[in-house]
Amino acid sequence: MTAGGKAGAWLTPLIALVVLLAAAGLFDLWRSWWWAILGAGFVLVVLAAEGASRRLPFRFQTPFERALAWLFPVLVLAAWEWLSTSGVLNPRWFPPPSRIVGALWDMTVNYDRFSGTSLIGRPWLIPSRLAEQGWPGVVALFQESHVWATLSRVIVGFVLGAAPALLVGMVMGLNRTVRTMLDSTMSAIYVLPKIAIFPILMLVFPDPFGEAPKVTVVAISAFFLVALSTMAGVQGIDKVLLQAGSNFGANRWQMLRHVILPGALPIVFNGLRLALGTALIVIVAVEFVRAKTGVGYLVYYHWQVLGTPKMYAALLVVMGLGVGLTALLQLVERLVMPWRR
Amino acid sequence: MTQKIVAVDATKRYPSKAGMVTALEGFDLEVAEGEFVCLVGPSGCGKSTFLRILAGLDDLTGGEARIVPGDDPRRPLNNVVFQEYAVFPWKTVRDNVAFGLQMRGIGKAERYAVTERWLTKVGLKRFADYYPSQISGGMKQRVSIARALANDPEVLLMDEPLGALDAQTRAVLQEELLRIWEETHKTVLYVTHSIEEAVLLGDRVVLMTAHPGTKKSEFVVDLPRPRDLATTATPEFAALTGAIWEDLRDEVRRAMEAQR
Repeated sequence: MTAGGKAGAWLTPLIALVVLLAAAGLFDLWRSWWWAILGAGFVLVVLAAEGASRRLPFRFQTPFERALAWLFPVLVLAAWEWLSTSGVLNPRWFPPPSRIVGALWDMTVNYDRFSGTSLIGRPWLIPSRLAEQGWPGVVALFQESHVWATLSRVIVGFVLGAAPALLVGMVMGLNRTVRTMLDSTMSAIYVLPKIAIFPILMLVFPDPFGEAPKVTVVAISAFFLVALSTMAGVQGIDKVLLQAGSNFGANRWQMLRHVILPGALPIVFNGLRLALGTALIVIVAVEFVRAKTGVGYLVYYHWQVLGTPKMYAALLVVMGLGVGLTALLQLVERLVMPWRR
Repeated sequence: MTQKIVAVDATKRYPSKAGMVTALEGFDLEVAEGEFVCLVGPSGCGKSTFLRILAGLDDLTGGEARIVPGDDPRRPLNNVVFQEYAVFPWKTVRDNVAFGLQMRGIGKAERYAVTERWLTKVGLKRFADYYPSQISGGMKQRVSIARALANDPEVLLMDEPLGALDAQTRAVLQEELLRIWEETHKTVLYVTHSIEEAVLLGDRVVLMTAHPGTKKSEFVVDLPRPRDLATTATPEFAALTGAIWEDLRDEVRRAMEAQR
């Protein structure tokens, strides 16, 4: 690298980026060439960032990379905001992020007459309820919310599906006969999109619009993933560890407790993570179709009334729930498997 | 001297795609209490199979191979040190070493007292709370050795325990094994493919042939104890390893031909 290339490494692409954007604005190229401008713009941003990182002293490398990770989405959001308010993007389909955040706030603090609740209940009642009934009153208030509706369906369904799945998967992993009997059947059902059996579940349960079919479809979709991965986890345990266990005198129960269970855990948790993702997909889809509460219902309802900012806001909440639940599962994973750091 | 390991006409056949394979045929062995015997032979000679049969991890199809129980019925007959270490990744070094005692239902206080002693002996005291993923291969094998010794079995079965380690680590662990054996005088059956290792460690070296696996010859190692790595530099050591290699060379060739 020559001395002259030093400053140019990041300055040149930055200047090129400004020129590109200015030209696009001046000659009204956005409407027909937006994809080319976005692509070229991205390449120039990458080049500028790389040039800058090469010139930075070593101790600034990590903070710089962290800044890149955070600044890029901010940049994208800013671009979206600008494109949407300036009319390049149609704000009806792509409302600016500021309006989405506004919609999120609106859904949180305003009572929705149609569903009879808001995103997190009626938060403006919290102070009075706290004074009258204490914390149980606040919890009851939260329980009437959309977030709670979705969260409780996911968690209850997930636990109801995963708990027996752990047992069945364990037995399948340990017992050859059970495995040969169940494996092909379960693998066949596994590939069936579980949402497809929702109509059957609505028939089976006395109240087709109640919580039971919704929770059940989540449980079933979690069950097969967790059962099959638990089986794989048990079978995947290094044979020499099983031999060591029996050579050191472990009886059946001790084998299970000290060797098989901890040995299967890493793959079991893989299955749990996948099952959690699937549970979220399934519950949102179910709430599209058959619910008066829940975050999926909110997305669908605001589609029907063409309230796009609120659709996006509800999607944000779904994302938040997914991130939160995954983080919770990771926490459990870290507590249960302290040896995997 | 009482015998601790007795094998008479031990035979092991198992079915495979190419027909019946004879892993072990008419194998006889006697190991006295407190004796360190090394089994050496080309790969596929059935030395590991024999050890696994003694450990109860495999069955004979003919003959007999057993460990003679001692006076104390609570004492385990054997424990194995595996080539792959086989330490439990989810247990700390301390709990790995305590594993056999825990399985036998020995209380926490006594279990950890014994464990502590062995951790000190193999130089792992500082690493007691580490998980296996945090320590090196040589240290893992120390954990495995300490786990077997802490359980105080009648017979220690070692299946190429140093085979997966690099040359320097292996040399260090060989000296540690010698030192520990001086202190305990355990009955040891040690499987290895290294003649030098067998002569350095053992009281007796049993050579095996392949296809079928059976005993070929036997050498008494009369090098004085205590030994250490300096022993390998003596002319007696060289003479003995040379003699064993003379005897084994054709076997190895034949085994390689057969594997082709």
